[in-house]
Amino acid sequence: MGQENFDPKRGRALLRMMERIRAFEEQACLAAERDKLVLGAIHPSIGQEAVATGVMSTLNQSDYLLSTHRGHGHTLAKGADPVAMMRELLGREGGCCGGKGGSMHIADFNVGMLGANGVVSANITIAAGAAHGIKLLGDKRIVVDIFGDGAINRGPFLEGLNWAMVFDLPILFICEDNQYSATTKTSSMTGGEGAAARASALGLRATVVDGNDVEVVADVSAEICGRLREGGKPEFLHALTYRQTGHTSFDPAAYRPEGEAAEQKAKHDPIARQRDMLATAGVSEDELDAIHIDASAEMIEALRLAAASPFPDDATVFLDVQDIGSPAVEAY
Amino acid sequence: MPKLTYAQAALEAIRHSMTADPKVWCVGEDLGRGGVFGQYKGLREEFGEDRISDAPISEAAIMGAAFGAALAGTRPIVEMRFADFALCATDELVNQIAKARFMFGGQSRAPMVIRKPMGLWRSSAAQHSQSLESWYTHIPGLVVVCPATPQDNYSLLRAAIHCDDPVVYLEHKNIWANEGEVDFDLEIPIGEADIRRSGKDVTIVSWSNTANVAVEAANALAKDGVEAEVIDLRSLWPWDKSAVIESVRKTGRLVVAHESVSVGGFGAEVVATVAETAADALKGRIRRLGAPRSLIAYAPNLEDKMRVTAEMISAAALETTGS
Repeated sequence: MGQENFDPKRGRALLRMMERIRAFEEQACLAAERDKLVLGAIHPSIGQEAVATGVMSTLNQSDYLLSTHRGHGHTLAKGADPVAMMRELLGREGGCCGGKGGSMHIADFNVGMLGANGVVSANITIAAGAAHGIKLLGDKRIVVDIFGDGAINRGPFLEGLNWAMVFDLPILFICEDNQYSATTKTSSMTGGEGAAARASALGLRATVVDGNDVEVVADVSAEICGRLREGGKPEFLHALTYRQTGHTSFDPAAYRPEGEAAEQKAKHDPIARQRDMLATAGVSEDELDAIHIDASAEMIEALRLAAASPFPDDATVFLDVQDIGSPAVEAY
Repeated sequence: MPKLTYAQAALEAIRHSMTADPKVWCVGEDLGRGGVFGQYKGLREEFGEDRISDAPISEAAIMGAAFGAALAGTRPIVEMRFADFALCATDELVNQIAKARFMFGGQSRAPMVIRKPMGLWRSSAAQHSQSLESWYTHIPGLVVVCPATPQDNYSLLRAAIHCDDPVVYLEHKNIWANEGEVDFDLEIPIGEADIRRSGKDVTIVSWSNTANVAVEAANALAKDGVEAEVIDLRSLWPWDKSAVIESVRKTGRLVVAHESVSVGGFGAEVVATVAETAADALKGRIRRLGAPRSLIAYAPNLEDKMRVTAEMISAAALETTGS
């Protein structure tokens, strides 16, 4: 992305969303570690915010998104309410999923977010199916499916991408490559040339981008989504980024080579890079600081509101399982 | 009323449901050519290739994509070809489809029918003969249906397509050609047992093809002066507890028979429920018949060792009556 095409207005909006995602996850981690209010595991995407932000900047609310267990950023960028999301992480009434899903199953169908998934790779066939449904119904939407680099080593990757090609579906598959499969380097577990080569072999047009450059991610996503909206074939985006935290908020990530995380943070942090971009374009430090401060304040308030919310009513435990043979009628 | 085979009855159910609701569609391997058992024959000509959709041999994608399409607002009928192959799509069914509505706090539904032809089919051996219906009863979120007659296969398939829950629909592949009259106007709610034969002396509870075998056994018992009541559960979740309890209270005797492995089978659930709620009504010891906990062989004589026969059911019934 050259400075000559840089749009500071869009640049500010992209920075604002990345700051909001990071602030949300920093508050979520504090809620887990400091406050002991998040009881289950959460998987932060700190360092990966440019992918969620850049991609979602090109989507309409009516488009569908499917995500992973590391999906807070995607969900927030798709337009979900951070208070409802934080309530969900705390298992509270008013959470996006009524406190039944938690962090790993966060979803907001009102903004087209059809669910994070606790099973790696599982969302790939489901996302292809959502695109299949769109085609059958004649809807004007597209689907974006985001999964991690670990997901390319499970079968649904092959089955889902092939499905999308065979049925010529309006879908963009994105491998958000943070370099780690849980706590193991993905490169040590992956044969061949990796994600984009595999997608190409199945016939998808594959693009590799610097996933820490939000401007590039936004531009490339806009081009691809434009092609999909005009009836183009399914495409694949391999976004290279880095997970600055451990696998979960409780993982110190001691398995990483010494200095790796420090170097990534110093040189490739997507928020710092976007701030530099805006500063070079003449945006004042005060204004950039204000974006950061506003995002922090919003998410501190989200956590405060979530922590003040009650747990869900016990009576909801048997609701929304099934209509016929519902446990609310017979559970034994 | 038309006389239809078990397979034709299902085909008519799909035809009528697809005509009534343009959101209903079918997806699976070889469907365009009519399906491996001909149970979709002619539907592609009528509804086109988008709605009778040929899939790659990708069971996980068939199940997962159908689920995604259900989330997007369609009502898929998923064909798994053989119940055995559905095991390739276990994560999609058990972790995704069954749980989505609950995990997402009621934001979504998965209105799907998953057809899984099951059961012994001469010399199909261990990977094409299994009956795993009890597994699915153990998964909250799923409805489990096991029709035994053409009428039930028509009415219950229509009910399954109409309902908003994911339904595991287990047809028995040895009875595709069984014939019977089918009333297209007859609605049968899922969860209601059928008293296939009334009797006062002993209750025989069964489902799927073994319910047909149980009727044969009851007819033979009648010649010996024993009047057996045959209850075809038709669905295993939900299952018609009250029909079973009421019958046991009348007869005081119970035989449960099914084709699947006896150990951990759904028969154990039926027997335990009777023991918990109607033990006082029992006049003889309960008998439970199922396959031995072993594997289904190819050779016919070995395969037959896995069968629950009419003779075995009659003998068990006589045993409960002390005859």
